[in-house]
Amino acid sequence: MSRRPYVREVSPTSWYFRMPRYMRYMAREVTSVFIGIYTVILLVGLARLSDGDLAYQGYLAALRQPSSIVFHVLALAFSLYNSFTWFNVAPKALPIQIGEEFMPDSVVAGGHYVVWVALSLFILFWAGVF
Amino acid sequence: MAKSNKPIIWGTFAAGGELVSLVTPVLILLTLLAATGHVPDALSYAKLHAFAAGWFGKLVIFVILFLSLWSQAHRLRITCFDFGMRADGVVAVVFYLIATVGSLASLMYLARI
Amino acid sequence: MSDNRMEVRQVELEVLRYNPETDQEPKLQKFTVPCVNEWCVLDALNYLKDNLDPTLAYRWSCHMQVCGSCGMMINGEPKLACKAMLRDYPGTIRIEPLAHFPVERDLVTVADDFMAKLKRVKPYLIPGQPRTLEDGEYKQSPEQLKRYRQYAMCINCMLCYAACPEYGLQPKFIGPAAIALAHRYNQDSRDGGRDERQEEIATNEGVWECTFVGACSEVCPKHVDPAAALQQVKVASTVDWYLEHFMSWVKK
Ligand code: SF4
Ligand code: FES
Repeated sequence: MSRRPYVREVSPTSWYFRMPRYMRYMAREVTSVFIGIYTVILLVGLARLSDGDLAYQGYLAALRQPSSIVFHVLALAFSLYNSFTWFNVAPKALPIQIGEEFMPDSVVAGGHYVVWVALSLFILFWAGVF
Repeated sequence: MAKSNKPIIWGTFAAGGELVSLVTPVLILLTLLAATGHVPDALSYAKLHAFAAGWFGKLVIFVILFLSLWSQAHRLRITCFDFGMRADGVVAVVFYLIATVGSLASLMYLARI
Repeated sequence: MSDNRMEVRQVELEVLRYNPETDQEPKLQKFTVPCVNEWCVLDALNYLKDNLDPTLAYRWSCHMQVCGSCGMMINGEPKLACKAMLRDYPGTIRIEPLAHFPVERDLVTVADDFMAKLKRVKPYLIPGQPRTLEDGEYKQSPEQLKRYRQYAMCINCMLCYAACPEYGLQPKFIGPAAIALAHRYNQDSRDGGRDERQEEIATNEGVWECTFVGACSEVCPKHVDPAAALQQVKVASTVDWYLEHFMSWVKK
């Protein structure tokens, strides 16, 4: 009897096609591409703001390019996906024990959603959208 | 095996992840409105400049940019690895450098307002 | 009986076979097995071995989801063969050895790596203060028990390792079950061994290899939720790190 264990290699570049849950995970990770680029867009906005009114108007004009609108729509979708995935697993990292029982995950996640909606509405209101 | 120094970045990832999840969608919505020609009141030059001129506005803007930059840099690093890039050290240096430069730049811009 | 529980149907199995003495690589072999509808996949394998091919190698012992030895990939998903019910699999069932582990023979994998990691994290009580017999037993409140009970349910079946892509990509990663078990003892009010375990798990190949895919928790047959344990270890290790470094700055 000779031992000759067979090692099945995992492809470093295409492993995530094996299971839908891996694809969902990669979708979550890819949100960072969009949110990252968006953060740079905000940073550029701040730079233009510090350059004065003229520069800032140029920035607002640049935002109106079709490619910018397409990017915004995509970024919005990905950032919403990121928010959902984040809130749903947030209870896992910091479980809260009250007396004997732990707070159910749904309550902690629900709390996140409530804060999220309230904060978003507040910011929209503060920004004068309505 | 030495203990890892990753906590220093992970701390910003955890805090940034929470903040990004809470505020980024609505921020994108605001600039999307501006992109479609309906510039929200707060994004007009006068309003935004006044906001960024106060210490509170400066703080809010800096915290959002700083945490967004670091949390996304960290996740981008992991994403590159997951897509098969094995030069993790180089990738990490590049993204963390961008985050550092971005953070310093935001301080500089805020100081000028 | 009027229901169809005892009905016999022919089930198509595709089983990955590997004989280290004769095969260059594993390949799927087809079997048609007469199965009772109420059987689990393990029953089908037992029938196969008893009646069709006695050379088939696989591990099992308890047939009741406690020994943790019958883990295998069933239609690509890590499962306990004694928990996977045939009625949930209408078509052909593909059975392979647990992913990410080397194949010893047929459905038997080499588990040495996991065993070594388990040992490294010291998954046993390391009392904080030594107690003599006269001191009596360790007392623990239901509240303190609750803090680790879920993590104590692990049966070492390694399904979480087969599900974790980061373990597949980086076999050095200590991995879900071992870290969850370290957490189980860290959370135990009778234990004082956290510092020793941190030396192993607060490392780059420890908890910091985890990217919170969450697959481990989805496949765990005992609802251990190892992913939650790992995130909690990350939070605690991060607090440690900031405290250690700020404290040493303050002292300087
Ligand atoms: S954590 Fe769950 S899946 Fe992993 S070895 Fe333990 S019981 Fe099995
Ligand atoms: S045979 Fe023991 S867990 Fe399946």
